Amino acid sequence: MALFDKFKNKKKDNVPEESNELLVKDYEESTPYEATQIKDESESDELKSEAKSKDGIFDKFKRGLSKTRHNISNKIDTLVKSSRKLDDDFWDELEEILIEADVGVPTSLELVKNVKTAAKKNKINEPEQVTALIRDEIKTLLETNENRLLINEYQPSVILVVGVNGAGKTTSIAKLAYRFKNENKKVLLAAADTFRAAAIDQLQIWADRIGVDIIKLQEGADPGAVVYDALNAARARKTEVLIIDTAGRLQNKTNLMKEIGKLRKIIEREIPGAPHEVLLVLDATTGQNAISQAKIFEEVTGVSGIILTKLDGTAKGGIVLAIAKELEIPVKLVGIGEGLEDLRDFSAEAFAAALFTSENNDED
Amino acid sequence: MAFEGLSDRLQDIFKKLRGKGKITEDDVNAAMREIRLALLEADVNFKVVKDLVARIKERAVGQEVLASLTPGQQIVKIVHDEMTALMGGTESKLVLSSHTPMVIMTVGLQGAGKTTTVAKLAKSLVKQGRRPLLVAADIYRPAAIKQLQVLGEQINIPVFTMGQSNPVDIARKSMDYARANNRDIVILDTAGRLHVNEELMNELKQIQAQVKPDEILLIVDAMTGQDAVNVAESFNEQLGLTGVILTKLDGDTRGGAALSVKAVTGCPIKFIGMGEKLDALEVFYPDRMASRILGMGDILSLVEKAQANFDEKKAREMERKIRQQEFTLEDFMQQMQQVRSMGPLQDLLSMIPGMDKQLKGMQGEFDEKEVYKIEAIIQSMTPAERRDPGIINGSRKKRIARGSGTKVQEVNRLLKQFEESKKMMKQLTDMTGKKGKKGMPMRFPF
Repeated sequence: MALFDKFKNKKKDNVPEESNELLVKDYEESTPYEATQIKDESESDELKSEAKSKDGIFDKFKRGLSKTRHNISNKIDTLVKSSRKLDDDFWDELEEILIEADVGVPTSLELVKNVKTAAKKNKINEPEQVTALIRDEIKTLLETNENRLLINEYQPSVILVVGVNGAGKTTSIAKLAYRFKNENKKVLLAAADTFRAAAIDQLQIWADRIGVDIIKLQEGADPGAVVYDALNAARARKTEVLIIDTAGRLQNKTNLMKEIGKLRKIIEREIPGAPHEVLLVLDATTGQNAISQAKIFEEVTGVSGIILTKLDGTAKGGIVLAIAKELEIPVKLVGIGEGLEDLRDFSAEAFAAALFTSENNDED
Repeated sequence: MAFEGLSDRLQDIFKKLRGKGKITEDDVNAAMREIRLALLEADVNFKVVKDLVARIKERAVGQEVLASLTPGQQIVKIVHDEMTALMGGTESKLVLSSHTPMVIMTVGLQGAGKTTTVAKLAKSLVKQGRRPLLVAADIYRPAAIKQLQVLGEQINIPVFTMGQSNPVDIARKSMDYARANNRDIVILDTAGRLHVNEELMNELKQIQAQVKPDEILLIVDAMTGQDAVNVAESFNEQLGLTGVILTKLDGDTRGGAALSVKAVTGCPIKFIGMGEKLDALEVFYPDRMASRILGMGDILSLVEKAQANFDEKKAREMERKIRQQEFTLEDFMQQMQQVRSMGPLQDLLSMIPGMDKQLKGMQGEFDEKEVYKIEAIIQSMTPAERRDPGIINGSRKKRIARGSGTKVQEVNRLLKQFEESKKMMKQLTDMTGKKGKKGMPMRFPF
């Protein structure tokens, strides 16, 4: 049971900085971080934007991902330091560390194989040097898919948010809305989850707190009607970003999947070129089923990006690697806390770096 | 995602072995690797997988597999058995205490499905003639209280709310309310929280101290990956869980989290959530879950049949006889009848995934008519002949052949086959005897 002892130790280290009270506080003391970053992006000064966002993202990522790092990088560190040579045991253990992070068997095997090949090619025999190789490998895998939200060029920009039950769609939407609001964008929410009890109320409460408009019908109404109304309202009100909340649905429910396919068609028909983003919300604690989710939602609604939520627990988020490799759907945003500002752009650089940064540099 | 079901993959490995007669350590290792991968792909925690595979291997190298013509199938059965045992063997129900009000507290991560599950639970308790009270103790998530109220209305069960008051107070007052209003079960819907959030975990401990729940149920999303062990361990350590409810099993996840959670907490999984409707709460059956995790189709029915028809006592008696060289034609026939009682061989074989395509090649070995003949021959013998085939001389053979409508050559062939299988059994028992594996019934000794 040594493993579970390890878990215990980790828990002690991982007392989260925020409590639930911060929900409101965070909202009041909003940092200009996101706004700055997005503005930078809209300028064509790529370098400047890179430098600035790297700074901000890097630190926040490190903080938010500290648990992930505890789990993966510390183990890799331990492994590297305790191994004297690159033998089969070393590679097996590396594979295990990745699997334990929900990376999945095929992706883990391939990662290890690639690192092994690279080590051979570069005549690396020291376990310590392997760390850099693993980091590069993970970065490469994620970077090819890295992407930003495509919302600035369109008016209204339409974001359709989809996912299974309990992934965190409504909360993520609130965070997104808060972010756009801070960029002084005109935001409209559409409460198209007419199924779950009080889902509309939940979104309404967020809309009130953030101070954005919402389009809703009564519970049990046709979600298509809500979307239609919202699209019209968005055009009439000169909304810049319309975010559509949908009911959670398991990807194997054919009828519900058809329904959401229909929602997409309505959007396409009403606003040519829309939806500009279809974001799949994935719970970071999800295991291999996340791949099935991404695959089927992609088939039905054409997923343009993933929001990976709940990375502030002990969940390791390794599924990101598997999804990047097997489906090439970019992860665009990560949820790393309960505060409204705790939704970050996903950065492969920061993600890979944060995984391998040692604990001591944490609070710099 | 290229995982097609463990039984298929094992079948492939063992296909090569047919005719080799002996399974080597390497063969077993290859099979264990497939099992390991299958379990990992199903999201069983890798530590749990390690332990499980070690146990399976120990059993697999024993006589059970060696004695079987279809080792793949046998290994799958061992895997299935071990998983079922790990998940608790049989189903486990809620402990409904007689004192009122009884208290059920639900806990879990955000988005696991607590509120929906609480409503489902209440509904199922009403069906059992109980009078539950739902308590809205999630004061954090916007509209969580409203959600419970709406659900309560749908199933016509009262919901106790106190707005955004301290959840500990809400819990305490709800007890008074239940007593005053003759509700015999209080079900607390608490806020979703991270197991590493000390403050919120303390809140749960305070509620626990206040209302002393009879049941503390952890609600776990069936799609949870490797992290399930951390979550379950942590909640269990801090609160002392009495059970687990696995939600969203109507999805296409294999649900390996079930194994992980059971393995680290030792708590039984009591219910599973099978849909969005409020009556979609079902009793958890470990054996079915094992099949699901393994990705097995009809193999379950096969295993069920085998279990239903194989009398454990008879099997042990048989084993004793084999060990002591007392195995007779009578026993031989009994064994055959036991296998046959599971249904036509063709049907049995087709239940094994991946076997259909091989059926044609197998027909020589498993000819149904051949089995009938053997039965007829043995039935035409006298009890003395069955016990001691050595006394069967030429004229006895002629009589047996006439009685069974066969030829003397066929009687000869059966007697020879019987002698050979006796020899084989002797070898097997000698071998396994050396390894100290005792008490394992022989299941397919022909």
